[in-house]
Amino acid sequence: MLSTEQLGVSLDNKVILHDTDLTVADEEIVAVLGPSGSGKTTLLRAIAGLVPVASGDIKWDGVSVVDIPVHQRGFGLMFQGFALFPHLDVAGNVGFGLRMTGTDPDLVGTEVSAALDWVGLGGFESRRIDDLSGGERQRVALARTLAPRPKLVMLDEPLGSLDRHLRERLVVDTRALLTGRKVTGLVVTHDREEAVLLSDRLALMREGTIVQTGTLEEILAHPADAWVTDFLA
Amino acid sequence: MRRVRWGWVLVAAIPALFIGYFFVYPLVRILSLGLSELDIRSTGVEARLLKVGWFTLWQASVSTALTLLVAAPMTWAVSNFEFRGRRLATALVTVPFVLPTVVVGTAFVALGWRDSIVAILAAHVFFNVAVVVRTVGTLWSRLDPNLHDAARVLGASEWKVFRTVTLPLLRPAIAAAASIVFLFTFTSFGVVLILGGFQFATLEVEIYRQAVDLFDLPLAAVLAMVQLAGVTGALYAYSRFQERHTATWALRSDQDRVRPVGATRFLAIGSVTVTLIALAIPLAVLVGRSLGTDSYRGLLESDRVVGIPIASVGNSMLFAVIAMLLATSIGLMAAAVITGREGGLARWFDLTLMLPLGTSAVTIGFGFIVALGWPVDLRASFWLIPIAHALVAVPFVVRSTVPTLRSIPGEIREAAAVLGASPGRVWREIDLPVVARAALVGAGFAFVVSLGEFGATSFIARPNTATVPVMIFRLLSRPGPASFGMAMALSVVLAAVTAGVVMWIDRARAGEIGRF
Repeated sequence: MLSTEQLGVSLDNKVILHDTDLTVADEEIVAVLGPSGSGKTTLLRAIAGLVPVASGDIKWDGVSVVDIPVHQRGFGLMFQGFALFPHLDVAGNVGFGLRMTGTDPDLVGTEVSAALDWVGLGGFESRRIDDLSGGERQRVALARTLAPRPKLVMLDEPLGSLDRHLRERLVVDTRALLTGRKVTGLVVTHDREEAVLLSDRLALMREGTIVQTGTLEEILAHPADAWVTDFLA
Repeated sequence: MRRVRWGWVLVAAIPALFIGYFFVYPLVRILSLGLSELDIRSTGVEARLLKVGWFTLWQASVSTALTLLVAAPMTWAVSNFEFRGRRLATALVTVPFVLPTVVVGTAFVALGWRDSIVAILAAHVFFNVAVVVRTVGTLWSRLDPNLHDAARVLGASEWKVFRTVTLPLLRPAIAAAASIVFLFTFTSFGVVLILGGFQFATLEVEIYRQAVDLFDLPLAAVLAMVQLAGVTGALYAYSRFQERHTATWALRSDQDRVRPVGATRFLAIGSVTVTLIALAIPLAVLVGRSLGTDSYRGLLESDRVVGIPIASVGNSMLFAVIAMLLATSIGLMAAAVITGREGGLARWFDLTLMLPLGTSAVTIGFGFIVALGWPVDLRASFWLIPIAHALVAVPFVVRSTVPTLRSIPGEIREAAAVLGASPGRVWREIDLPVVARAALVGAGFAFVVSLGEFGATSFIARPNTATVPVMIFRLLSRPGPASFGMAMALSVVLAAVTAGVVMWIDRARAGEIGRF
């Protein structure tokens, strides 16, 4: 289980996150929903260990992780622009995390093929990143994030850079994949529909903090304030 | 709390110590030696300084102006027109620029132009025409042709368009090219030492004569200080122009060049042909004179004074390989620091590592002699030559690799870290494969720089560690047609090896992939 407690992050002397409390139960998927600039991406980056924590704590199963360096946290993060390694082929990308954790090279191949099968890209192992379409890149990035079986999967605007038609198709696939693999997940998006379809529960974020959590129905029934009603309308 | 990353500390410490001990410390020693001397005997020093300083400034200014004039017609032709052989012409004009200065000097000796100011100026123009053609030509070919057309529609004649639109837009490139040529000619050593005889001496040559021939180290130190001030001024002017006058708004990716017709065609092709023929003459004469009287066989025979001349090729190759390995590893570490960290340390590194490029080679060699007796006496060490070469070559490795490393988006490294790669592993798995080719290009440059280096080597080479340029100079300094012919022959050998490596670099750069 992931929990952030009164989490605060400042960058260049500017407060980006403050007093952020959030929990994600095992095998639960929470979508962080909020307007641009509300601190959603910074929240993921802080949990991943990419930005320093100024105050509060981040815990996994009750144990603080803030002093664990990013490469030893064992969390997965899918970047908004996918951040695929252009000098490696598809298999090189998907198998990267497995190689870092010292997985037996023979096993890496099997695991990579399995991960590519999950995302419907079986046989794409030796393709170059440059030759992939936008939708294929999204799925390679997802496979790369899932392949090392991280204890927490974080997706930053996983469909944000794709066109509308592709998004509608991939949102269903992505949700099915996450649920099927019993993933504990945190998804960041600014799109209400996408948030609802991808997650079990929403966390609404505004100006650097979480203002309300719950299912869409719960939140709509008891909105914390007028902004919440407006934002979800 | 921020963790101390000892790996990073080490990666930053090695280039810092290298540059600190082999560059900054010798400079400080020169400064303190020079300052103490200024106190003691200011009158005699002043007269000497004024004479040499004035000549240095004068010949650099005239060389720069002449280079701009000579290069202008060809620059105009290759940047505005498309014709058969245009690309080849642009490549050929670069040949003199990559030649070691000793070879350039020797080529003009072959012409019989020794001991004259004309020879010095001509050799400087020969060497630097490429700087103008390349620097100004790149901007000129990218000027938006709509600006020209707009001025014409508004009633300006061709000449008026050139004067009021084109020339002002080209000014930053002209200023940049002029500062580079000025810097090269202000610090000119090999060419002036060989062609200037006893009458003409730049600060560089005078530092060498005072230190090596007359053992007046304090006076040499004073001269080196003046030299440093001049170089710093030129570099400062150059960076100011670079910052202030970049007219990106008027640029296109690459203008469609038109095919010249009529008189324009005659002028364009004529100016390119004449420039190339003029540049080819000294080299052709050099090759021609190297062919006479068993010059090449003489290189293989042992001589009581200079040893076996061809052995210098072995020395040069060995030093070049060591210098290349040193410069590449130190340059890569420095590039990692420059691109890996934001802020002060990176900027400081970037600036300090570029300094040896601007500092004259003679000052570096002189600094070694003055300073490297402490804490252990390195002055007689075999390693001193490759270290001096590496010092001059590190900036080339840094400049080749930093842009590639900068082009890697931060997210790519972060993605690797999230996937479990430690900082060292991120460098090995992401940065290194991407930068490898650029590093190879930098290594090639380091090799060429080492092969042609003369200024610093002339101070620290021993009789048995003479490099090819030093050997050429020794042969030229002796009377007699046999030595003269051997100097020509050895120059041809050096030019051929250098040209071969440069061609390889050009091909490697053309195929450079992996930039993001």
